[in-house]
Amino acid sequence: MTTAELQRDADGHLANRADWNEQVARDIAIEEGLEALTDRHWLVINFMRKEFDARGDAPSIRKLTKESGVDTKELYALFPKGPAKKAAKIAGLPKPKGCI
Amino acid sequence: MKKLLILGAGTAGTMMLNKLSTALDAREWQITIVDEFETHYYQPGFLFIPFGIYSRRDVVKPKRDFFPPGSSVVMSGIDRIDAAENRVLLSNGMVLGYDFLIIATGAKIRPDQTEGLQDAEWRKSIFDFYTIEGACALADFFKRWEGGRLVVNVAEMPIKCPVAPLEFVFLADWYFTERGMRDKVDIHFVTPLPGAFTKPKASSILGDFLDRKNIRLTTEFAIGRVENASKSIVSWDEIEIPFDVLVTIPTNMGDEAIERSGLGDELHFVPTDKHTLRSEAHENIFVIGDATNLPSSKAGSVAHFQADILTENLLAAIEDRPLRASFDGHANCFIESGFGKGVLIDFNYDTEPLPGKFPLPGVGPFSLLEETKMNHYGKIMFRWMYWNFLLKGLELPIESNMSMAGKRW
Ligand SMILES: Cc1cc2nc3c(=O)[nH]c(=O)nc-3n(C[C@H](O)[C@H](O)[C@H](O)COP(=O)(O)OP(=O)(O)OC[C@H]3O[C@@H](n4cnc5c(N)ncnc54)[C@H](O)[C@@H]3O)c2cc1C
Repeated sequence: MTTAELQRDADGHLANRADWNEQVARDIAIEEGLEALTDRHWLVINFMRKEFDARGDAPSIRKLTKESGVDTKELYALFPKGPAKKAAKIAGLPKPKGCI
Repeated sequence: MKKLLILGAGTAGTMMLNKLSTALDAREWQITIVDEFETHYYQPGFLFIPFGIYSRRDVVKPKRDFFPPGSSVVMSGIDRIDAAENRVLLSNGMVLGYDFLIIATGAKIRPDQTEGLQDAEWRKSIFDFYTIEGACALADFFKRWEGGRLVVNVAEMPIKCPVAPLEFVFLADWYFTERGMRDKVDIHFVTPLPGAFTKPKASSILGDFLDRKNIRLTTEFAIGRVENASKSIVSWDEIEIPFDVLVTIPTNMGDEAIERSGLGDELHFVPTDKHTLRSEAHENIFVIGDATNLPSSKAGSVAHFQADILTENLLAAIEDRPLRASFDGHANCFIESGFGKGVLIDFNYDTEPLPGKFPLPGVGPFSLLEETKMNHYGKIMFRWMYWNFLLKGLELPIESNMSMAGKRW
């Protein structure tokens, strides 16, 4: 099965975390308009997965900035537009619950 | 005597003091409330001040007018909560012990969180309307302004009263029309959200309003800094939006005392169980209103719905019973849309705003997700309800949990 055929939720994120692997991450990154995933991308992606395992929600940008070691400016360069949302999608996680 | 301590005497703390003063036996419980300021501000009124609809005196009353007679009140800053020892250290040196604690310290704007926001142009061409000082300064500025680019920017979510920035641009459209200078003012709403509002259906309806009122909308703009010399806001990905006057809704954060106590998340909001309203970290601490990290709106109406749930659960916790009352995220907001009209939205964690009639199914008098004069009167009446019912912890004719009756879906 190709990444495009994997089951998605209403936000277009993977419906099942079990479907995720590094190749799937690379495919979703291309869907999102990123050319390649560098070490810096992976640092953020792995941080997000670890946080999600620990807390059941993907971290906000503020938390990423504070704890991942990548500052806000770079986060937006790595994942243009919404870094928290985009990185969560590539990491195979649901959209961060965020706020109303 | 057992001790119940309430931190913060704003909307939520005052409501809880009133409710618990009747619910708890005064021979067994001593209730104490702490706040650093004597004046209560009706914050929803700040929205109207820049447009000369309200002035300062319409939104202030002494906090003490709303405390039940004989309440134990301590006027002091809160330095830190020492949860391990069940005590709170105040800035005036007092130490207050507690059996149960309610945190109601709210949220405040933090312009210092954005580079260049509080710099040379602050309160000259950059204003906020989330503080009394900001709202009054902006009223003075607008009186003399001759037009140009008015940019309204939300720095970061969550903010209290997430509809207030939209109401601000609707009112600005009305105000400059009335003054015969609407053609000289370019109103531009710039938000980090993907649409005009957080909830999809309301977002598309409110987005249409912006169109009709000729208000420009830029979405997904995450502000990185303000350039004071060239007067522009710049996003993290280097998109630049110039302004002649910037109305900012800066980052909202919980109080520093929460951070000092080690009880907050990255925005100093207290991690709280979204249904029981108990703190996630401590069994004898409950949290209400803007101070929580809940994914519900930070609004006075929401705090009011939470107050009923919190009262029930606190009484249960005191008697060691399971916490049965469950908050559903209910929010009910009147949105001023200008020209004497308003829109009403009613929603919770799981159900987005829907059209229909409120609170009486089929009858109203208020219409959901529709622009009517009656909804505007609802907003104006809200101030009277706030001072006379809400703060005193009296019942309003609206259920704490959301109802689907009268809604179309
Ligand atoms: C412009 C604007 C428009 C709004 N419009 C609406 C609306 O239309 N409808 C609606 O329902 N809501 C509206 N709101 C939101 C509403 O005002 C808040 O959600 C509500 O006041 C929250 O109550 P609270 O008790 O949690 O916080 P607050 O009322 O802010 O009270 C917090 C209290 O804690 C005290 N405190 C904090 N830290 C300390 C410390 N370290 N030491 C001592 N004391 C401390 C403060 O002095 C304050 O009195 C609006 C808000 C704004 C700013």
